[in-house]
Amino acid sequence: MAEERKMVNIYIMGKHYKVPYGLTIMKAMEYAGYRFVRGCGCRGGFCGACGTVYRKPGDFRLKVGLACQTMVEDNMYLTQIPFYPANKATYNLEELTPTLSTILQYYPEVTRCLGCNQCTRICPQELKVMDYIAAAQRGDIEKVAHLSFDCIMCGLCASRCPAEIVHYNVAILARRLYGRHIAPPAKHLAKRVEEIKAGKFDEEIQKLMKMNKEELQKLYNARDIEP
Amino acid sequence: MYTQEMQEAIKIVEQTRERRLKETFPRLKPEEKENLLRSYHPDYKPDATRVVKVGPNKGDKFTHEHADLLESRSMLDPDTFSLDNIDFDVDVLVIGGGGAGTSAALLAHEAGAKVMIATKLRHGDANTMMAEGGIQAADKENDSPAIHYLDVMGGGGFYNIPELVAALVLDAPLCIQWLESLGCMFSKFPDGTMHTIHGGGTSRKRMHFAHDYSGAEIMRTLRDEARNRGIPVIEFSPAVELIIDEYGQCAGAVLYNLETEQFLVVRAKTVIIATGGSGRLHIGGFPTTNHYGATADGIVMAYRAGAKLIYLDATQFHPTGVAFPEQIVGQLVTEKVRGLGAQLVNAEGEQFIYPLETRDAVSSAIIRECKERKKGITTPSGMQGVWLDSPMIDIIHGKGTIERELPAMFRQYKRFNINMAEQPILVYPTLHYQNGGILINDKAETSIPNLYVAGEASGGVHGRNRLMGNSLLDIIVFGRRAGMNAAERAKSVKLGRLTLDHVKRYHEELRKEGLGQKVAPILLPDYRGKISG
Repeated sequence: MAEERKMVNIYIMGKHYKVPYGLTIMKAMEYAGYRFVRGCGCRGGFCGACGTVYRKPGDFRLKVGLACQTMVEDNMYLTQIPFYPANKATYNLEELTPTLSTILQYYPEVTRCLGCNQCTRICPQELKVMDYIAAAQRGDIEKVAHLSFDCIMCGLCASRCPAEIVHYNVAILARRLYGRHIAPPAKHLAKRVEEIKAGKFDEEIQKLMKMNKEELQKLYNARDIEP
Repeated sequence: MYTQEMQEAIKIVEQTRERRLKETFPRLKPEEKENLLRSYHPDYKPDATRVVKVGPNKGDKFTHEHADLLESRSMLDPDTFSLDNIDFDVDVLVIGGGGAGTSAALLAHEAGAKVMIATKLRHGDANTMMAEGGIQAADKENDSPAIHYLDVMGGGGFYNIPELVAALVLDAPLCIQWLESLGCMFSKFPDGTMHTIHGGGTSRKRMHFAHDYSGAEIMRTLRDEARNRGIPVIEFSPAVELIIDEYGQCAGAVLYNLETEQFLVVRAKTVIIATGGSGRLHIGGFPTTNHYGATADGIVMAYRAGAKLIYLDATQFHPTGVAFPEQIVGQLVTEKVRGLGAQLVNAEGEQFIYPLETRDAVSSAIIRECKERKKGITTPSGMQGVWLDSPMIDIIHGKGTIERELPAMFRQYKRFNINMAEQPILVYPTLHYQNGGILINDKAETSIPNLYVAGEASGGVHGRNRLMGNSLLDIIVFGRRAGMNAAERAKSVKLGRLTLDHVKRYHEELRKEGLGQKVAPILLPDYRGKISG
């Protein structure tokens, strides 16, 4: 069985609470009595709702983590940043070209990057944010797409940027440009879509739909499985 | 980081690894699978369910957690609540801003409808965002929609509704192509050929993916597209009740602004429920992989309005939830880990189940291994688990595969000082998916005129057990169908006077049974003062 839990002190927006050691920030805040409306989404590190910044006494550095994936530490002063205002361009993806001029048309501010690297330092996913902004400045859309792929759009990068860049919106534009206009479309997929539209499988499916459980079960148990 | 004791236990796994790399554990025979499920699957525990006393499924069995909601009263007092002031007047109202809802909104918008999304948290806060493994479609030469059909039926125990399965498998390639055209970055070979692998219960390698951020990639792409098209999204405003007009047609919904605590009335010619699942009800006391808002709201509202539910008592336990570290217990370890070759191994370092059996079977086998055979590993907090031998992946496919193909998983463990490329990870079944839901037809229509349902809130397509990769598929296929059909239908709808009469009738039914003390939907779980699962 679990031994008696050690307790730690945390300061939620400056207010003191004692919570069990070993909890995530999110679970610790709930233990302390919070019921989230903002600042809590998937609880699994994918949605970017729970970006949190904190400091510890005697350390000037601002630290960062997702509340659902970061353990509480003793004397942590924390606040969540569940929302940060951001400029999002709107566009018709079909009509765009995957070029530098597209990036600059929608997000000219990428050229203002000062190279301070705060975005990379603060990213809770440990992405090379500044590097992909540099790639965006060169129009290397494929590189932006791959370097930014694990982005969860929490917005912490944008909150720290002295050049007022909204990195994650630049990144999703680049990923969609890459996925639509650079990566070659899957030929086998296009072929299958044509076959389906031509009704190639309709008869076979109709036949299966009319089968009773025993008939289907027999087919299912006898089906060959790709190694 | 693993404790000293766990590190010792890992050595046993390492000792048998070389031999196991050459071993294939035999697949279950049909009768073995049947027995395994009946003996160990949590659905079959006799005290897991009870008969519900009210509504369209009166007399049917549901889990206690679902039954509690179905036997609760509305947040609204239907005798005094006024529908006179209409806050939003639209053609199509989509309730839920996940993958199904957003697909529906995009298609409705394309069809020219005035469409609006109302959602409980932010746009995209949904189980879609957390889906890691992939999305199925029979688009390779050796595969066909018919083979996919058979896999789906077998996985679902042959309980699936044929017309829904046919829609699922025939639309699948079309949906992948739609996502591709929206710029979704599927993992591809340089010539554009999709990477595809097996999932549990598939007979062909038809699982498409985007590393292990498959759902996130789909969700953020759809959301970006909805934003580009200017589709309005009302966030932090879950629907709490449907509105039915004097002719019995669904005619909108009442929203509740979680921040200002005000109610909002939406009049709509058609309504699409895309509210997702119910993991946050913690059925059977299990921890869950689900997002914070998965509380079955749509089920509750539709049921009160007279919609029939199907297979809601069938709960999917994902075989590999995190059992250690404690901070992230219950979170998902994607099936792709097994798809890439990792085996499930007990405390003695031995396999006990073919790793890619259907989820219901693998979960049952893990429960048997821990509860009956006592061959599980105990964590410091007293939880049980079995090993998922992840280092096998890099041995089979080459060093660096895990970091490249499973970046989310690798990161999740690294945050707690576990390197899953070098050490196995400890897993136990976790509450993952609502197999059933509101009964729909292949147009995503319910029995209530002008009410549509898409995604996890719906029931029938997966029978009693969904296969991996068919949920992301389901939300796109039926999201699109719901959006298209609801927009088309909206063109000819004439609405009458708005009412909450169905809620009055439901309250009366509850009163006669002495029920209705609690209020539903619950909207969010309440973990205050507790340590949540």
